[in-house]
Amino acid sequence: MTDRSQAEADFSDVPVTERPVKLSCRNIWKVYGTDPGKFFETAQYGRNGAVPNPDAHVDKIRAQEHIVAAGDVSFDVHAGEIFIIMGLSGSGKSTMVRCLSRLVEPTAGEVLLDGENLLAASETDLIDIRRHRMGMVFQNFGLMPHLTVLENVAFPLKVQGVGKVEREKRAQEMIELVGLEGREMSFPRQLSGGQQQRVGIARSLCVGPELWFLDEPFSALDPLIRRQMQDEFVRLQTMLHKTIVFITHDFLEALKLGDRICIMKDGRVVQIGTPSELVLNPADDYVAEFTEDVPLVRVIRVRDVLDPATDGLPPDAATVSPDQCLEEILPAFAGSDTGLAVVNKDGKLIGKVTAAGVVKALAHGERDGRQAVAAG
Amino acid sequence: MRIAPTLRPWIAFGLFAALCYALRDQAGWIVKYPTPWVIPLEAWLNVAMDWFVAHFQTIFRGISWAMEWPMTGIQATLHWLPWPVTIAIFTAIAHRAGGWKLAAFTLGSLLYMLITGYWFESMNTLALVGVSVPLSVAIGFGLGILSFRSNWAWRIVDPMLDLMQTVPAFAYLIPILLLFGFGPVVGLIASAIYAAPPMVRNTMLGLQRVPSDIRESGLMSGCTPRQSFWWVEVPTALPQILVGVNQTTMAALSMVIIAAIIGGFGDIGWEVLSTMRKAQFGQSLLAGIVIAIMAMIMDRVTRGLTDRERNLAESHTDSSFQRHRHLIVGGGAAVAFLVLAHVVAPLKSYPESWIVHNAVADWLNHGIDWFVANYSAVTDGLKNSANFFVLLPLRIGLLKAVYPKFWGFAMTPEIAAAYWIGMVALAAWCFWRGRQVLGIIIAIAAPTLFWGLEGMPWPVFIGLVGLVAYLAGGLLTTVFVVASFGFMLVNGLWAETMRSVYLCGAAVLLCFLIGGALGVWAAGNDRVSAAMRPINDTLQTMPQFVILIPVLMFFAVGEFSALLAVIIYAIVPPIRYVEHGLRNVRPDVVEAAKQIGCTDRQILFDVKLPLALPVIMLGLNQTIMYGLAMLVIAALVGTKGLGQAVYLALGKANAGMGLVAGLSIALVAMSADRILQAWSRRKRKALGL
Repeated sequence: MTDRSQAEADFSDVPVTERPVKLSCRNIWKVYGTDPGKFFETAQYGRNGAVPNPDAHVDKIRAQEHIVAAGDVSFDVHAGEIFIIMGLSGSGKSTMVRCLSRLVEPTAGEVLLDGENLLAASETDLIDIRRHRMGMVFQNFGLMPHLTVLENVAFPLKVQGVGKVEREKRAQEMIELVGLEGREMSFPRQLSGGQQQRVGIARSLCVGPELWFLDEPFSALDPLIRRQMQDEFVRLQTMLHKTIVFITHDFLEALKLGDRICIMKDGRVVQIGTPSELVLNPADDYVAEFTEDVPLVRVIRVRDVLDPATDGLPPDAATVSPDQCLEEILPAFAGSDTGLAVVNKDGKLIGKVTAAGVVKALAHGERDGRQAVAAG
Repeated sequence: MRIAPTLRPWIAFGLFAALCYALRDQAGWIVKYPTPWVIPLEAWLNVAMDWFVAHFQTIFRGISWAMEWPMTGIQATLHWLPWPVTIAIFTAIAHRAGGWKLAAFTLGSLLYMLITGYWFESMNTLALVGVSVPLSVAIGFGLGILSFRSNWAWRIVDPMLDLMQTVPAFAYLIPILLLFGFGPVVGLIASAIYAAPPMVRNTMLGLQRVPSDIRESGLMSGCTPRQSFWWVEVPTALPQILVGVNQTTMAALSMVIIAAIIGGFGDIGWEVLSTMRKAQFGQSLLAGIVIAIMAMIMDRVTRGLTDRERNLAESHTDSSFQRHRHLIVGGGAAVAFLVLAHVVAPLKSYPESWIVHNAVADWLNHGIDWFVANYSAVTDGLKNSANFFVLLPLRIGLLKAVYPKFWGFAMTPEIAAAYWIGMVALAAWCFWRGRQVLGIIIAIAAPTLFWGLEGMPWPVFIGLVGLVAYLAGGLLTTVFVVASFGFMLVNGLWAETMRSVYLCGAAVLLCFLIGGALGVWAAGNDRVSAAMRPINDTLQTMPQFVILIPVLMFFAVGEFSALLAVIIYAIVPPIRYVEHGLRNVRPDVVEAAKQIGCTDRQILFDVKLPLALPVIMLGLNQTIMYGLAMLVIAALVGTKGLGQAVYLALGKANAGMGLVAGLSIALVAMSADRILQAWSRRKRKALGL
């Protein structure tokens, strides 16, 4: 059984950056130390975090023995987008997702949810927002050891005061959604890691949130299970169209799942872009190093090499979708000298893709990558 | 000659000590702290106490009055209930907690109390425990939450807990008596003080260990702070909190028994104590067994009720009869007996004529008399050799202890010279072979054994512990330790302190030799380990009082009995820690040693023991704590020292003296604790554990 009642509006035909902004993060700073507030007290360097020269300010704060866990982080997450924050440990990615839900109070900056500043919300409003509009999945699952699977999933509803019968009915639907039927009465420690995280996912979706935060949800799992869970995640998202902020330290996972990726290092944003943008045009050596071993044919999508002109295309040309990656369309070239027709979801012809274009993109990526590595 | 830097402080100390020893005849004050220098802290404390009592007594008497209500209520209920009803209820609880085995044990135990005629006293003790446990648990839980929430509160609570656990209960019985007045409430308050700390610590530990993922997932579910605390944090911390409940229950029982020393509550502790004083060991043993089985039942029941797996299994059994079967069967039986008791008189109150108390006690007494008459050669031999060859030399020194009747020779100047030459040669050999630690130990032991701890100048002792404290924990530890021993010195308790240090030291040493060997054995042999575990468990749950009975039976009152009692009580930590430490040495290191070709013996001494040392040191710490705690109880059977001072103060209701002596014991305990903890911490860090 699937549950479509909590699916959000479907924007999947609209490119992500053209969709309405759901969550906007503006000039977020999180500073740890004895007196972090003192760095954001003047008119120019104020609580809104929009400082004139962020790099210099970060250096100044660090020089005074404070830790900058997040420095001047800004990004927009659009409705229905999977926005990935990728970074190694200590990069500030976990701090960022906690700033978005205010599990960690940012030192300066703004977080706008549908245009409203979350950081100005009162304690009661915040609890209300968390109860109805946000769901979060944790790296180590965060399941209550004293509650059964059913009770764990129903917990967010219990907190809201929903009656037992109703909340357990709803929790039951969620358990079926993640494929855990039959384990309702088990306790978390009786489940495998993958199963526990399914419970975590079911719980985070139980209240039908618009925003879905996932903090390294699959990092604690074995590689095989991790892949299954990633596929499961994609399946859920094609059904639910949530606005997602997904944290990971795994660049391949980011490429596989993300609409856009934000790479962080030492609390700063290094680059934000689609998977192919990152791979084809890495902003600096740091990003280039991640992309070095990435098989380009799996990252570059048809839309990235799309030629809008449709001239010279025979009427019987094979058709491909703009979202397919190059690896998937390569076999189709075997039977075609001219190129492939690119057709969108509604069956409308939107352009073509040629063998020459594909080779050029791949060669371009390789050359840039090597150059960058050689320079580094 | 170049001197290793690690040796320099020891050489300086050695010169200082030699100077002190040399001057001991010229300057008497160096050995015996002069009385005129003693500050009258004791008298000041009494004045302050009198003033406090005079002004605030009404408040405390009020509390006392308020607390007597629930106690007399429970007492009256337990006495009113026909015995089969009580037995049915407790057996049902035991079955719920631990299945048929525990139920059968509980049933047997309760019948034992009935048949031996201790029903009344047992119910009185139970009533005391019934009030003091909820009280301690509530106080401990509250303080635990407070300490968890606020750093500031923790900074106040932490040293308080140390004091509450190390100051012997006898010491604070006096002010409590003065404030709350004579009566069972004194036992309640004392046990609340003594039993609350484990609850505080476990509550705090449990809350601190709630994983941040779980706490955050609660918040993201939209918990209010209150919901987050009661629905997320407390349930997650519950297993740890329940460990606290178990420990608190055991401590409360132990304290309730100790408080019997005040007398007059008609409880089971008093039965043991009064018969012990009259040397009626048969009776004393019968009553002691009641305490022992009570402790065992309480331990198993609280642990069983808090066993999570069991509870979860219970709450998810299918039918509601299954789930409530204990309530239904136990309650049904209780009601049936209640009705029946009104028809059948013996069920209402157990007939006197069915009690077999005196016959059994007499039989036991005869047995003990017979044993003592026939085997006194063995017991006396053991006692005398321990006294003359170990205890006395340690206390007054070989110089005075060696005389022909027992040693076969006198301490002539020639023999003394031979002793010194031998010792110096031994120490020199050790240094020459590079075994510095052993050399230092011999260099310290030689004069100590010759003149005894009593003959050791106090600057030497304080200098020694100060140096050890400095090497283990740095300046702060040194200041604490030196100030502590300074406190005893200026309060004129130096001789008593040395007496306690000596007895406790001897006991700890023997505990470690015997217990360490047992621990090594248990670490290498699963069957030995399995066999030792229930014995250790039982020894640990036993209230300290009970241990005195068998010791007194065979060895009569005296220092040796005290030593034995302390050893029996304090031997469990070395066994446990040595075994735990050895078993938890990283297996890859042991494998590497085997691969290199170490023999079992080499693996033990060169690999496992050095790596297990930090854990073993914590065991030593525990042994000292246990030893000092038992030392106070052992004062009842005639030891001299700080324990006796506290005990005497209790007899004279001298609050100042009790507090000063009690605080001294606490300070000795805390000094040992600081030094050993610091040392273990450093060692662990050095070993990268």
